Amino acid sequence: MITSTPEPIALTAPAESSTSDSAAPEVVPELRNAERRRSLRVTVLFAFLGCCLLVLALASAGIGQMNLGASEVLASVLHKIGIPWGTLPEHPHAESALWAIRFPRVVMAIVIGAALASAGVLMQGVFGNPLAEPGIVGVSSGAAALACVVIVFGLDFLGSWTLAVAAFVGGLAATALVYVTARQGGRTEVVTLVLTGVAVNAVGGAIIALMTFMGDSSSREEIIFWQLGSLNGTRWEYVLFAGPTALLGIGLAMFLTRKLDLLALGERPARHLGVDVERLRRQVIVLVAILTAAAVAFAGIIGFVGLVVPHILRMAVGPGHRVLLPASAMGGAVLLLAADTAARTIVPHADLPIGMLTALVGGPFFFWLIRRTRRGAGGWS
Amino acid sequence: MSDSPIVHARGLNLSLGGRKILANVDIDLFPGEVVALVGPNGAGKSTLLSALCGDTDVDSGSIQINGLDLKQWKVGALARTRSVQMQDARVSFAFTATDVVRMGRAPWAGSVHEDRDETVIAEALELTETATMAGRSFPTLSGGEKARVSFARALAQETQLIMLDEPTAAMDIRYQELVLTETMARARAGVSAVVVLHDLSLAAAYADRIVLLSAGSIRAVGTPVEVLRPDILEEVYRYPVAVIEHPESGGLAVMPIRQHLRSRNIPQEELV
Repeated sequence: MITSTPEPIALTAPAESSTSDSAAPEVVPELRNAERRRSLRVTVLFAFLGCCLLVLALASAGIGQMNLGASEVLASVLHKIGIPWGTLPEHPHAESALWAIRFPRVVMAIVIGAALASAGVLMQGVFGNPLAEPGIVGVSSGAAALACVVIVFGLDFLGSWTLAVAAFVGGLAATALVYVTARQGGRTEVVTLVLTGVAVNAVGGAIIALMTFMGDSSSREEIIFWQLGSLNGTRWEYVLFAGPTALLGIGLAMFLTRKLDLLALGERPARHLGVDVERLRRQVIVLVAILTAAAVAFAGIIGFVGLVVPHILRMAVGPGHRVLLPASAMGGAVLLLAADTAARTIVPHADLPIGMLTALVGGPFFFWLIRRTRRGAGGWS
Repeated sequence: MSDSPIVHARGLNLSLGGRKILANVDIDLFPGEVVALVGPNGAGKSTLLSALCGDTDVDSGSIQINGLDLKQWKVGALARTRSVQMQDARVSFAFTATDVVRMGRAPWAGSVHEDRDETVIAEALELTETATMAGRSFPTLSGGEKARVSFARALAQETQLIMLDEPTAAMDIRYQELVLTETMARARAGVSAVVVLHDLSLAAAYADRIVLLSAGSIRAVGTPVEVLRPDILEEVYRYPVAVIEHPESGGLAVMPIRQHLRSRNIPQEELV
């Protein structure tokens, strides 16, 4: 006898399941209320993040050597899409400055922030550890190392895609390496994870150093840009590549959210609940590499976004990935846009490396997080 | 219990590092019965369970579930057929107890049975007396509470086969009895339940059949009365035991014979 479609043996008496909701056990309204509270919270959070993003984008596009009001920026955008509303900026070069320099940079910050935070969520989910992050475990430096090789040797076998593909391959290799070496029984101890990160970062750093040594002065400058991370000089062509790539990565990741939740139980229990763990793991690793590469290929190494954002949002909306992933994507966008605006405006006439800024904030946060999780309050082991 | 077995395993052998963990084990599990796997430490109880649920590959032998070889099962269909509660329940992030129980419904997502999710979750919480901790974060629960929530998750999966690896290890008396009473109730509803237990008196009280393992092979199979005999237990556990009838409720109780107490019971003056 082969049962191809297994049937459940109902836990509840059949009479209960056939009648209306009112006859269900008494706990149900309670659960339903908790569910309603949670979904209200989620709605509020998304609305809040959306507003933040919009306001910040308008403000960021207006701030700079040439200061424009948010209403002027909005008017410019609306005119472009055919809505003649508001007054356009008066300055003769305002339009070109907005559309050629500031808007691509604003959009890029949003794209990269979203990509990095999503990559963080995915890594933490698959490693079962809230400290996993592309920058910390060395995925970013893996991606950067291979990108540096491409720069120094002037490789262009795939045309303008060469750099991005190299970053992707480097990121993929580093993710796979960390995954294979750092896990034990479906989980990763903090110490193992961080030490593996140290090792991978060392190798990545060594390759970058070697390339810096071998390269001529122009490629050296380029390499330094990679190591520090910056959105300076972003052009629409870059956005047109990174944007869809990141969107694709996040979109595909949305299909994996329920399985990632189950993976929190550990590998075997997840398998008992019908998750093909091997497949899930491969999918997540490829997605992390895609998302990280999309970010690293155009902005260099920007650390800690994938660490800070998911952690804060997990405290706000809980660890369920179906909400956490899109919320983190938006949160990452907000954070990186704010950081980039700060990077180019804090010091007049200077463009600070954004990777330095995020590390300045993220480093102490990481330290605090280690202390906190070690005390066991984070509840991850 | 006259139906065909849900699990039909023959000639299971497994060696790890030159040590025989399972030696020629045959086992059948039928719908409607509770089977207890008992035996001393290292006898292969957990390994046998792990092999039967598909976690551990055996070196030789065959395992069929509902007539189909275990290896041929798709992971999703298998999840709708058997649920497993493992020894240590850990959750990586701060999911609530309800979230964890809801995970037990994942195999039914997209089927008609999904509509009953909330009712089943509520029922599972109720049956395991975990409704009061429904909103609490799983990692902050005590060991016994975690085990009960995990048991609730296994119940919510509503499978024909339920496999429990020492579900009562971290529990006090009340919840040991609660979990096994509920396991028995599931069996009466047609489920096949297999439970790894250390407490032989618990096994005696709730199992329809007991499988006694010793050094990787089956030493005895049968009803509690057939298996829990002092001579067999003394040989397997290498410790003298007494098997007595429970004075209040009936049923067998297995007690170690404690030599130091025996000597203390005799008044000193009589020894002189």
